[in-house]
Amino acid sequence: MSQTLMNTKLDQFRSKLTPSKVKIDQTLLDHADAYLSGREFPTTRDEFWKYTRLTKISNLEINVNDSIIQSIPEEAIIHPNAQKIVFENGVFRKDLSDDILQVQGVQFSEKGSSSFTFQEDVFYALNCKYSTDAITIDIESKTILKDPIHLILISSGDGSVSMPRIVINAAKFSESEFIVSTHNVNSQNCLSNVVIEADVQENAKLTINKIQNEKSSNFSVFNERVDQALNSCFTINTLTLNGSWIRNNVRVNVNGQNAETHLLGAYVTNENQHVDNHTLIDHLAPNCQSNELYKGVLDGKSTGVFNGKVFVRKDAQKINAFQSNGNVLLSDDATINSKPELEIYADDVKCSHGSTTGQLDEDAVYYLRTRGLSEKSARHLLVTAFIGDVLEKIEDEHVVKYAENALSMRYGWSF
Amino acid sequence: MKTLINIKDLHASINGKEILKGLNLEVKPGEIHAIMGPNGAGKSTLASVLAGREEYEITEGSVDFDGKDLLELSTEDRAREGLFLAFQYPVEIPGVSNVNFLRTALNEIREYNGQEQISAKDFMALVREKSALVELDSKLASRSVNEGFSGGEKKRNEIFQMAMLQPKLAILDETDSGLDIDALRIVANGVNKLKTPENGAIVITHYQRLLDYIVPDFVHVLYDGKIVKSGPKELALELEEKGYDWIKEELEKAH
Ligand SMILES: Nc1ncnc2c1ncn2[C@@H]1O[C@H](COP(=O)(O)OP(=O)(O)OP(=O)(O)O)[C@@H](O)[C@H]1O
Ligand SMILES: [Mg+2]
Repeated sequence: MSQTLMNTKLDQFRSKLTPSKVKIDQTLLDHADAYLSGREFPTTRDEFWKYTRLTKISNLEINVNDSIIQSIPEEAIIHPNAQKIVFENGVFRKDLSDDILQVQGVQFSEKGSSSFTFQEDVFYALNCKYSTDAITIDIESKTILKDPIHLILISSGDGSVSMPRIVINAAKFSESEFIVSTHNVNSQNCLSNVVIEADVQENAKLTINKIQNEKSSNFSVFNERVDQALNSCFTINTLTLNGSWIRNNVRVNVNGQNAETHLLGAYVTNENQHVDNHTLIDHLAPNCQSNELYKGVLDGKSTGVFNGKVFVRKDAQKINAFQSNGNVLLSDDATINSKPELEIYADDVKCSHGSTTGQLDEDAVYYLRTRGLSEKSARHLLVTAFIGDVLEKIEDEHVVKYAENALSMRYGWSF
Repeated sequence: MKTLINIKDLHASINGKEILKGLNLEVKPGEIHAIMGPNGAGKSTLASVLAGREEYEITEGSVDFDGKDLLELSTEDRAREGLFLAFQYPVEIPGVSNVNFLRTALNEIREYNGQEQISAKDFMALVREKSALVELDSKLASRSVNEGFSGGEKKRNEIFQMAMLQPKLAILDETDSGLDIDALRIVANGVNKLKTPENGAIVITHYQRLLDYIVPDFVHVLYDGKIVKSGPKELALELEEKGYDWIKEELEKAH
């Protein structure tokens, strides 16, 4: 009796979840247990959650729903030739997925062990403990994938909780692209808590194109963790086109020399949307280059958060690190909290960071109007140019087209 | 004979400060009017007020533009009615390509005037023709609007846009400043080639040199918010020689 009185909100939340049957490392599980026990959901007093409240998540009415989808929804098709792997409510739907074992140089298994150690993060811990399913994809050495692998994450029903765990091993000299997208089918108040762990080995090239386009009151938390070895190249493009509440945590450890890291992000929000991007690039080895560009357009009463950390450790000399976050606020009620952070402990580095937030350039609006453009077209043109700056840097044209279509459907913009 | 634009007793202020103080000017089709005057006299203000910049408050006066009450029209509708302003300081717009926005502009102007959209083929032909007219590098035509353009390239781009939109009345605000001799000739040639018996231009300049190329029908002196003197093209020569002091003296004597 007294035991239940001592329950934290997090304990109550956990009591509605089913412990994972998925095979992951026992040490990871032990860490997760220790981390979660007696803990409370972080509050805005916690620096890492300063601008993102978790109250709504802690109060979620959680249900376990049966799978309902019969086929992949049309809006989830992004690339015509992609190998599709489908999850519904965090559970792998083998019946709807392509058999990627047929692809030369790709191994696939329903396991979730990785080379990563525990991450002190409440959602990471929950994902370990209550994983709904896990998969591991190995891109074998020297394999150059012609077509991307598309992870389609669908929420269906009300109050579903998805906690998929996805492990990607990109072996030496391999080249591959993954698309990860979230969608919803007749769902509300669902939580997706996704973990992606990617090991990018020597001379490997890995690109993740992440598309968030849920049109419902669902909640999404992503934890991406990446290790980069010598001469590797890693890119993650995070395109947030819709979705009511989103938190992205991208953490990249650059362990090997001569590695390249590219983080691109675009978020376009309206109404009461909340989008929080936290990124960390940790330069642990010398002679590397990282590039980060996040841009946001916020309208209505939406709120955005950008927190980008770049660490350059003591022995990581000759690092080129560039980081920039730009925001345009289209309404007086929209807000953004932007905090770029550079921490440099090496002395021979070239680093720059910057953050800008403003309205659209009114002189430019006026200039365009003097040429006969309506005020609306002038503003659309300026906003699409602003976001287009991110989209034009994305290599996969199908991903770009999808994003452009989604934005033009939602906002009437034309690219 | 009908007028293209008829400005009567125009008063305009910004931030409570009156800049235009009863300005009169009439331009008929086929005419070129030059406006000269000292720094700060209100020349660019006149251009901005006519183009519809919203920061200015019009306190008195009227502007008739080809039978329409210009001051009642929005900035874009003024452009669609055929008014064009070549800016003294053209704005840089990163990410918006010149030709892209001009296609949108042209189509919105056409739609306003009940005309069909221009086909992609005709549009590109027009771009080629007009960029050749002002000898604007075709690479510049497709680059972001004015971004990283040199001062002279920006001015040339203004005239290129004018050529694309074929306005009834063009206001050129110091289009000659920052141009080298060759560019000046090219820009002036462009303006001359676009001249028809139906359209007109107001050319704001500090230098009589431009008026050797674009020969005005009238020269006006704008001083302290008013047109205080008008004359034939020779007036420009006189101003170049003597400066503005003698006009100030004339004005003081008259008081
Ligand atoms: N926002 C403003 N607030 C107050 N005064 C202004 C503002 N904008 C312009 N002015 C003033 O209006 C006056 C006229 O400026 P304008 O730019 O029209 O002059 P101009 O004749 O074009 O001069 P120039 O030959 O230097 O281009 C100047 O005294 C200027 O300082
Ligand atoms: Mg001026």
